[in-house]
Amino acid sequence: MRAFSYEKASSPAEAAAAAARSPDAKFIAGGTNLLDLMKLQIEAPTHLIDVNGLGIDKIEPSSDGGLRIGALVRNTALAVDERVRRDYAVLSRALLAGASGQLRNRATTAGNLLQRTRCPYFYDTAQPCNKRQPGSGCSALGGFSRQLGVVGISDACIATHPSDMAVAMRALDATVETVKPDRSTRSIPVAELHRLPGKTPHVETVLDQGELITAVTLPKPVGGTQIYRKVRDRASYAFALVSVAAIVQRDGSGRIALGGVAPKPWRVETAEAELPRGAKAAAEAILADAKPTHENAFKLPLIERTLGAVLTQARG
Amino acid sequence: MKFDKPATDNPIDRLQVVGQPHDRIDGARKVTGAARYAYEQHDVVANQAYGHVLGAGIAKGRITSIELDAARNAPGVLAVVTAREAGDLKKGPRNTARLLAGPEVEHYHQAVALVVAESFEQARAAASLIKVEYAAAQGAFDLKAAKDKAAKPTGNDPSLDDTHVGDFAGAFASASVSLDETYTTPDESHAMMEPHATLAAWEGDKLTLWTANQMVAWGVTDMATTLGIPKQNIRIVSPFIGGGFGGKLFLRADVLLAALGARLAKRPVKVALTRPLMINNTTHRPATIQRIRLGATKEGKITAIGHESWSGDLKGGGPEVAVQQTRLLYAGANRMTAMRLAELDLPEGNAMRAPGEAPGLMALEMAMDEMAEKLGMDPIAFRLLNDTQVDPEKPKRPFSMRRFDECFRVGAERFGWSRRAEQPGRMREGNWLIGLGVAAAFRNNLVMKSGARVSLDAKGIVTVETDMTDIGTGSYTIIGQTAAEMLGVDLDKVVVKLGDSAFPVSAGSGGQWGGNSSTAGVYAACVKLREAVAQKLGINSNEAVFTGGEVKAGNRSLSLASAAEAGSLTAEDTIEYGDLDETHQQSTFGAHFVEVGVDAATAETRVRRMLAVCAAGRILNPKTARSQVIGAMTMGVGAALMEELAVDKRRGFFVNHDLASYEVPVHADIPHQEVVFLDETDPMSSPMKAKGVGELGICGVGAAVANAVYNATGVRVRDYPLTLDKLLARMPDAA
Amino acid sequence: MPTPRELEMNRRDLMVVAGACAAFSTTAAGARAQPAPVGKPVLSEVSFTVNGRSHKLELDTRTTLLDALREQLHLTGTKKGCDHGQCGACTVLVDGQRINSCLTLAIMNAGAEITTIEGLGGVDNLHPMQAAFVKHDGFQCGYCTPGQICSGVAVLDEIKAGIPSHVSADLTGAMAPTEAEIRERMSGNICRCGAYSNIVEAMTEVAGRQG
Repeated sequence: MRAFSYEKASSPAEAAAAAARSPDAKFIAGGTNLLDLMKLQIEAPTHLIDVNGLGIDKIEPSSDGGLRIGALVRNTALAVDERVRRDYAVLSRALLAGASGQLRNRATTAGNLLQRTRCPYFYDTAQPCNKRQPGSGCSALGGFSRQLGVVGISDACIATHPSDMAVAMRALDATVETVKPDRSTRSIPVAELHRLPGKTPHVETVLDQGELITAVTLPKPVGGTQIYRKVRDRASYAFALVSVAAIVQRDGSGRIALGGVAPKPWRVETAEAELPRGAKAAAEAILADAKPTHENAFKLPLIERTLGAVLTQARG
Repeated sequence: MKFDKPATDNPIDRLQVVGQPHDRIDGARKVTGAARYAYEQHDVVANQAYGHVLGAGIAKGRITSIELDAARNAPGVLAVVTAREAGDLKKGPRNTARLLAGPEVEHYHQAVALVVAESFEQARAAASLIKVEYAAAQGAFDLKAAKDKAAKPTGNDPSLDDTHVGDFAGAFASASVSLDETYTTPDESHAMMEPHATLAAWEGDKLTLWTANQMVAWGVTDMATTLGIPKQNIRIVSPFIGGGFGGKLFLRADVLLAALGARLAKRPVKVALTRPLMINNTTHRPATIQRIRLGATKEGKITAIGHESWSGDLKGGGPEVAVQQTRLLYAGANRMTAMRLAELDLPEGNAMRAPGEAPGLMALEMAMDEMAEKLGMDPIAFRLLNDTQVDPEKPKRPFSMRRFDECFRVGAERFGWSRRAEQPGRMREGNWLIGLGVAAAFRNNLVMKSGARVSLDAKGIVTVETDMTDIGTGSYTIIGQTAAEMLGVDLDKVVVKLGDSAFPVSAGSGGQWGGNSSTAGVYAACVKLREAVAQKLGINSNEAVFTGGEVKAGNRSLSLASAAEAGSLTAEDTIEYGDLDETHQQSTFGAHFVEVGVDAATAETRVRRMLAVCAAGRILNPKTARSQVIGAMTMGVGAALMEELAVDKRRGFFVNHDLASYEVPVHADIPHQEVVFLDETDPMSSPMKAKGVGELGICGVGAAVANAVYNATGVRVRDYPLTLDKLLARMPDAA
Repeated sequence: MPTPRELEMNRRDLMVVAGACAAFSTTAAGARAQPAPVGKPVLSEVSFTVNGRSHKLELDTRTTLLDALREQLHLTGTKKGCDHGQCGACTVLVDGQRINSCLTLAIMNAGAEITTIEGLGGVDNLHPMQAAFVKHDGFQCGYCTPGQICSGVAVLDEIKAGIPSHVSADLTGAMAPTEAEIRERMSGNICRCGAYSNIVEAMTEVAGRQG
């Protein structure tokens, strides 16, 4: 870990401005992913801007009947919020399926969205990785890829986004609010926050240098039966092989987002029309462009079967 | 004391203290954080500096250049050690690869350099400034690909030889019912919770090492060899060890580099291997490919049993001895075993909890399940029909004790085995397919020479000193119980000091020999101390009864403490063994019962119930022995369902080298576990009449889980671990 | 057995370190800092309370809370098992919540009230959870144990507070310390010795006593 200077920012706009001043600066919130990566020299900021004291850690009703979740709301606090448990159960379930109690107590909403892949080659600095070191190559292609992506991937990178929370937020049509160093703000649908790797897998989001996520907003509740099903090798404290966030209405219509399969929470709205026809049709539509490796091809039937179980459960 | 005749009645048989489920005497220290592990000895020597290890970034080849200036000039850096600075190092006989690379690199993450700095943060930062250039060489990393080139293990160890009894080929070919299947087990990691760690301090030419080591005397010897200094100049202190499982049997890089760093920096230096480095830098359980052939009569009598195993290791290493239990477990007139060793350039393979039997039984006991099905027999009935009371290769050599059948009968009753559906895939609860599985547990009882020193002071306090280690096994407690029993005092009158090479050499912790052998050594020393006490008190030692803090003979009764009034009494002895383990086969036995649920949709397997019934001689402390067994069962679940070091066959390393990606069981994976110990004593094993249990507990668990998965789903997976991807394609329809 | 060292002593120890590295620059937390020159450690002051005692430390900004506890305050009951949030051995309570102390910088915890295993109870005055672990043999090697116990204490509080878990059938109903709930909630604490079954028994007993 390189030496770094440290400051506690006093407002979101100032934090953004401070980040713009130091090209090697990083925001630190929960720290649960950034410090992990800094210890391995995968992230090497020379300046840390601590955003924990910015007062953006509240959950409030939004003007359109939804919820506005401060970027610094801890994963536990979000999962436990009564409104979330009642109206956005898929989000509560996704959060509780992730990480451990200790990590959820520190990890934040924005940090969870911005966490980086768990591809084991990304984590080993002696190995080529286009995400970590652009142009060095992808070790996972032709290597150990059991956990990695099957859709939305590229020849340069097959890493997945590891979040559970983000998958639920994608199903809920959440929007991210940000502030930039010039104090301008903008809203970005979660759907558009993460970029697909293409030839530049190191560029993971559409955020500008210094742009700080301040909140995530959820539209007004959509009801339905909400399920988050996470499939993993061990029963807890493990990343998903695949996961399904589902919101299913009485008429059989619904929304489906997948985790563990793509560089971002994976949702194909047009495929949701297939839901009344069953899991097979829907899964095929969602994964139409899938390009699995030999080692992770099992994820395709696994998604179909998991989705089938989720739909059965939803229909009660 | 020479133990060469079966034990007769002795003071241990009173079982006032031994055999009782005492809480651990080191328990309070462990639950309060007061127990100090190797990296935590901050007050034993002043001015400690921090070392950080840099591992090689290639699997095989040469270091062509190494740029150290940036690291040397980094803030706080005191020294940088590489092979150049280390000078001439030998290799200890128990290490296959050298502990410090350069210029040759023998495996991935082999240590290349140690940076010593004032702080941990500075040492770690400086290590990342070292630039190493390599010339990578082609290596062999794929066991399957290297299998055909695998050779007979070389060396003088007869236990590695091929075995042939009767006419295996003929009997197998003519058997009414036969099975010929191949099974694989993956590379596995010990993944103990405490990383390998050492604090090294030189005083002149004397070196003290506070380290985490299961076998203190081996560590001293191998360190002396490696550095080329006299053994007497090295002291190892290892009072608490945060798990070993075989991974801390041998000298590792933390020890050597801490010593080299301390020498160069002229400061005490402490080094812990980082978690991401541990898996490739240290040892692992090697993967196996195992072929099992069974032939039987229609009635289920085994007529032919053959077991072959292929494994790999670095040049000069050894095979995973996965066939050894097959020589002893079941009857059958015609038998063969063979092991072949492929030269691989993966990190060093070596012992991990029940080396040999753990993977061997994962294969053999699945084959037995498959064979029972072919025969249309209950898997327990099939096993019991082929039980034997003698060494099947040498029928004149009996087992010292073998209550194999009782383990199954007691277990079947207790577990409700009769509820198992004979046809697989027939039991369902909601989304769960339910299955029951069983497997035999078997592990030899090894006896090892072991010494101890026992003293008595004027307050009646008994102090035991031995270099035996407690790696979580409960050594402190059972050694204390042994001394208390022998000297007739309460356990709180005994002080136990372990893990210091200044103490008499013990059996150490390995091969499940530690409990029985180390307490037998304490027994021997206590016999001597009893004689000294009797003599001091003017009592005939043959008549003396030590009880309640007193020594009684006839109608005389004197306080034990009074024997030490004029000064402490000390006795030292070593238990040594005759040939009872040659005239009699000493083994431990058990039966594992497992119930699993397999998700009908996703094929996720979750264990719902577990029972082990063990026959392992006298149980010295049922509480700590039970913990040994449930812990081993837990590790067995990991081996069955999730643990696999993923080999990158191009680059030659274990890719999932941390605890997030090498998954071991967590709380949610493990149900309530039940353990039954059959009440027995084995007078052939030692004066303690005890045997080992720490490895027995893992033997067979994996197969019991796999057999339960088969019973639940009807899908037979012969490649461990049984992850859902291997089941999915053949799973019944989810609906 | 809390063994907090006095502030002066901590300062003195740190001065030894500082004295050996001439090129420290000091940044007070809260002030705006210039990017550090590459490689030069940056010192920063932080104050927090550990087991009821307040400490003021001047630390390399890179120091994790875990390393501050172990290497500066010599509270070595808190263990480093992986240093990457993958094992739970470093679990401590910060302002009543359990966290992995390896994944937070010490300087991020200004003003925090930290409880480590040493603060729960000592050899002669065991916390009920510590006593239950001894009684049920909820450990073997002991290395994950302080983290398990800190986590165990927090888990029972979380259940009482009505915080749901992954295995809670009803997200909004009352929570109870069932074995399934305990197992799920404790899953961030790995025990390679495999004492899980006994840990659940120990926690169940404590939960029962708490009512």
